[in-house]
Amino acid sequence: MIARWGRRLRIPRGEGAGPWLAAGCVSLSLLMVVALLVLLAGRGLVYFWPTEIELVTLDDGQHFAGHAIRDEPPPRGQLGVSQRLYHTGNRDLHGEVWRWVDIERIASQARPADLVVVERNRWGDFIGRVAGLQEQGRDLALSEAERWPTVRQRLERVVRLREESDALREQVVEPLAKRLAEGRWRDSNDRESLAAELEAANARVLAVQDAMSRDALVLESVNGRRVVQPLQGVYRILRPNAMSGFDKFMAWGRDVWRFLSEGPRAANAAGGVWPAIFGTMLMVMLMSVAVTPFGVLAAVYLNEIAPQGRLTRLVRIGVRNLAGVPSIVYGVFGLGVFVYGIGGTLDEWFFHDRLPSPTFGTGGLLWASLTLALLTLPVVIVATEEGLARIPDAQREGALALGATRAETLRRVVLPMAVPAMLTGVILAIARAAGEVAPLMLVGVAKLAPQVPVDGEFPFLHLERKFMHLGYHILDVGFYSGDIEAAMPLVYATALLLVLVILVLNLTAIFLRHHVKARHGALQR
Amino acid sequence: MPVFDSVTDPASPASAVSTAAVIEIPASASCFEIEGLSLAYGDTPALENLTLRVPRQRVTAFIGPSGCGKTTLLRALNRLHDLNDEVRRQGHIHLEGQEIHAPEVEVAELRRRVGMVFQTPNPFPMSIYENVAFGLRLQAPLKKRQRDEMIEWALRSAALWDEVKDRLHDSAWSLSGGQQQRLVIARTLAVEPEVLLLDEPASALDPISTLKIEELIRSLKSRLTLILVTHNMQQAARVSDYTAFLHAGELVEYAATDALFTNPRLAQTENYITGRMV
Ligand SMILES: Nc1ncnc2c1ncn2[C@@H]1O[C@H](COP(=O)(O)OP(=O)(O)OP(=O)(O)O)[C@@H](O)[C@H]1O
Ligand SMILES: [Mg+2]
Repeated sequence: MIARWGRRLRIPRGEGAGPWLAAGCVSLSLLMVVALLVLLAGRGLVYFWPTEIELVTLDDGQHFAGHAIRDEPPPRGQLGVSQRLYHTGNRDLHGEVWRWVDIERIASQARPADLVVVERNRWGDFIGRVAGLQEQGRDLALSEAERWPTVRQRLERVVRLREESDALREQVVEPLAKRLAEGRWRDSNDRESLAAELEAANARVLAVQDAMSRDALVLESVNGRRVVQPLQGVYRILRPNAMSGFDKFMAWGRDVWRFLSEGPRAANAAGGVWPAIFGTMLMVMLMSVAVTPFGVLAAVYLNEIAPQGRLTRLVRIGVRNLAGVPSIVYGVFGLGVFVYGIGGTLDEWFFHDRLPSPTFGTGGLLWASLTLALLTLPVVIVATEEGLARIPDAQREGALALGATRAETLRRVVLPMAVPAMLTGVILAIARAAGEVAPLMLVGVAKLAPQVPVDGEFPFLHLERKFMHLGYHILDVGFYSGDIEAAMPLVYATALLLVLVILVLNLTAIFLRHHVKARHGALQR
Repeated sequence: MPVFDSVTDPASPASAVSTAAVIEIPASASCFEIEGLSLAYGDTPALENLTLRVPRQRVTAFIGPSGCGKTTLLRALNRLHDLNDEVRRQGHIHLEGQEIHAPEVEVAELRRRVGMVFQTPNPFPMSIYENVAFGLRLQAPLKKRQRDEMIEWALRSAALWDEVKDRLHDSAWSLSGGQQQRLVIARTLAVEPEVLLLDEPASALDPISTLKIEELIRSLKSRLTLILVTHNMQQAARVSDYTAFLHAGELVEYAATDALFTNPRLAQTENYITGRMV
């Protein structure tokens, strides 16, 4: 058995335990990576699965409805009973969304098909039944069979209206308001017509919003308590007990997509993480763009141009040690030099009219990218230098002997051969930078950045803006949200996403390196 | 062997000069004039007080035991030693009457005029075509047709055209060692040098490739000056017009090839060419 495994793993025979130990270490590290991913994927992705709602009756005749989350045995060595945690929602009715129940006290459980879970803009989820539908405050007479289809239809209408009002606001109202505020009109006639246009657009928005507020749901908890929920505050209504596996899968897919594509709500405790994904990617890309030329030039100087004396050796050792400086130190440096030093000066010179509110004199995308570029500079330098050192001198001399100057040799022979090594440096830099949170907290990451740093407004890329970051989002959701039970799955999902984002960025760079290698023919043969 | 001792004794350079047998090439017929050239890597001397003239449009062979300084001498002729801060040099080298170390000499242009083929083939990691085009692209831009013609001519001159004409855009590293060596020669010829320095161009080649390179050397003699370093006595005898025998950084004997091989003046030379000193 062992022998067969040994053959399959190409472990040489008769060399004792050494090769087995080495193979064991490799397997162990692989196992841990896989376990990490499985844990993150399991906890994070399951969160979006529409779990069924249980209607629980206790031994004293009380009912409640909720999602069963997990069971917990009594503390070790103590007497007691196992407890089950339910997510019951309805914060507006009970002030609490979690409920621990002694399992022994559960008299019966059921899963009636008509239970709904309503995702709302305030008070979190509602769990209960739809008792009726109101139009302009008046109850609609609906039969049982009509009720659910009508609710769905009305909800779709609200969603459409919301899109319409958002589009109106973004595309018509805001540009007009901006033009007026900035005084961009030709003459007073033009100005008046602009103002009239704006008024009309505002009126249209109001009309749409009015239409949105027409309908309301009458919701009833399993204890018979009712709330009237305006339909415009509803994001989603599901009847998980009535859904087939396929319906659930579709709902899961929609929720995952919403998580990826929408902004956060309720102080990051709900909603999506799109701004954080975007911020992370953009920051890492800007960092790569900044660090690559600097690192490559520095490595070229150290390896190809500087006389190889004691000073160069000293600088090289210094660069290598810089890689070991804790990242928070770079954060402090970035804050002092980039934000206060350079940013403050830029504000004095170019944005004087906006002072005392800072433009570049506060943390932002640019300073964060530059700080991380500094952090990863040693990695790029070392990787590039190693690549340059691997190029045989015969290649350089071959070019020189054909009449190339040193600069031509560098540009036409040495640098192209070193591109894979440079990209390796960038890959390592991305791997190091994408997961850093500590320095970013000093130089520009935000808990909630209302605007992503890229939009349709000149200059399109807003380097001075604060941005969101997946790593910081994890920290924020996990540590600063009031409801830890609700936050944990989000933390797992966000962590998984962070790993995936880093993976995607790295794969891009690896793909690029492969492409370059292929283009340079059998270079690495 | 009293002669041997006096020649190798570095403490008495005067005796070395007096015992060396060096043919005088008239200055008007010489391409390189080397005068009192000494060169050391740090504190290790590699060449000592060399004085010789290399005739124009002839093949001159440098022979001598391994480590005697043949490569060092070749690299001095196109100033490749400039890259090494450790190297210290004394003496003069004139190319067509011009001191090559003079400040007004542009080293890149000098190296274009004095082409060099290294001991081990060093094609660039590019296509065959691009390897040959490399030197051309460094100069005034050519029309594509002219460049293609130059490349074909260079590859034909290096007797490689027929083997690669259908795969010009394959990687140069996919060629065999002998083909790579001829490619490197073609690459050097493409920039039309006046002098070609060949450092053991056939050391790693099979007899047929070697023969091709020897033919190539003979055919190139009409348009350029060739300097050939070789360990192969027969090869030196076959292709060269003049032969210089170096030992431990010093020039021992320099004569017309026929004279040197049939009738060496010094016992040390005779011992080397007959293989008795190895
Ligand atoms: N870059 C260098 N640094 C220090 N010493 C060197 C260097 N290159 C060559 N030498 C020394 O200079 C001497 C001459 O070397 P060279 O390469 O010129 O010999 P060669 O005649 O070409 O030998 P071979 O026939 O083996 O190629 C040798 O003793 C060698 O160790
Ligand atoms: Mg040599």
